[in-house]
Amino acid sequence: MSIKTLETLLTDHPFFAEFRPEDLTLIAGCGANVKFAAGESVFREGEPANHFYLLRYGRVAVEVFSPGKGPVTIQTLHEGEVLGWSWLVPPYRWRHDARALELTRAFSFDGTCLRRKCDEDPPLGYRLMRRFSQVIAERLGNAQMQLMDLYGPEDQGA
Amino acid sequence: MLERRATPIPEPAEPLASDPMVPRPFRVRRLRKETADTFNLELEPADNREVPEFLPGQFNMLYLFGIGESAISISGDPAQRDPLIHTIRAVGTVTRGLAALKRGHMVGVRGPFGTAWPVASAVDHDVVVVAGGIGLAPLRPAIYQLLAQRPHYGRLVILYGSRSPDDLLFARELERWRGRFDLEVLVTVDHATSGWRGHVGVVTSLIQRMTVDPLHTIALTCGPEVMMRFATKALVESGVAPDHIYVSMERNMKCAIGWCGHCQLGPTFVCKDGPVFPLPQIAPLWGVREM
Repeated sequence: MSIKTLETLLTDHPFFAEFRPEDLTLIAGCGANVKFAAGESVFREGEPANHFYLLRYGRVAVEVFSPGKGPVTIQTLHEGEVLGWSWLVPPYRWRHDARALELTRAFSFDGTCLRRKCDEDPPLGYRLMRRFSQVIAERLGNAQMQLMDLYGPEDQGA
Repeated sequence: MLERRATPIPEPAEPLASDPMVPRPFRVRRLRKETADTFNLELEPADNREVPEFLPGQFNMLYLFGIGESAISISGDPAQRDPLIHTIRAVGTVTRGLAALKRGHMVGVRGPFGTAWPVASAVDHDVVVVAGGIGLAPLRPAIYQLLAQRPHYGRLVILYGSRSPDDLLFARELERWRGRFDLEVLVTVDHATSGWRGHVGVVTSLIQRMTVDPLHTIALTCGPEVMMRFATKALVESGVAPDHIYVSMERNMKCAIGWCGHCQLGPTFVCKDGPVFPLPQIAPLWGVREM
């Protein structure tokens, strides 16, 4: 796929709606097509986080490995959603595992390349940080709701 | 520019035919376990009268003789009201007692009470049903009615969130509904178990995946209040007008007819003015911490 096509796809994607055309040219320059087979690991906790992914097809489970219990899925991500924010936050290591639940196609963006461009162009860095902080805040909010155990047994009732 | 929309109002409750404080005797026809702590209680009249008509979203007061009463939403089909079905979670003295009933045991029933889901007003609209946990039970009669009148509605979407796969209510029915070509059913769980291949995450995360025209959508929401607060926020952010969003509230209902004040919520009585409310009537009260 040509860079131009990827740039056009990014322009149409709601995640990148707030970015300028020149930002998208830069971001697309760091992008590539990737594919994961069902069950394949996308990344593992502790490994260097040098990418983020825009899912085009398929499903990915975000997991926490629990010793003695195995992987616990905390979230599933689907077509159109962004996977990975650790590439933008020091120390640039994955906080979770991610695993394709089925054949998954995605755009992969090189985080080291983007971080370098952010250093050279701080306004771009600010826009990326602002956009990804929304993703982080949304996922933090969702995690808090899950922790509240909304549907769990109530301690009172008639 | 947004189109002008008529504001549908909850269906009014029918006037009560007899003394609303006197329970009618009903006999347990069947008690069927739904999940580890939830069961379906099927009742038939023991006084040779018919099961009263009810509207989707209404509730009954179930009286376990010698123990007490509990407000329980009707979860059966309004078009097939005998047996009278309630889906109950055993969490307190009365509901645990109800869970221990056997076929033939007697229960007192007062009702039906309260306002209903605006199913008739939703004609020609897309309809989104957002349910969390046991909140699917009061919505099931509305789903039955929507499906019975399916050609009169646009897109129909059910978003259901549960604690775990084992806690899913009406699992077989959900599977059957998901097999229909004219209905979108998205189910998610907060905590997955091995073998679960569906969505994992909170029910609000499904809202961005629904395929409806938000400008012509009526949303019906029921679940824990925190969940409804976040779900209605997500619905509004997705473009659904607040006055097209309905929530079903739960409070400590006692008399069920607005006399005793136990279920008072600000200027409203949940039993009489609700349990189904348009969001603009309830949302300001959610922000009052003293309430």
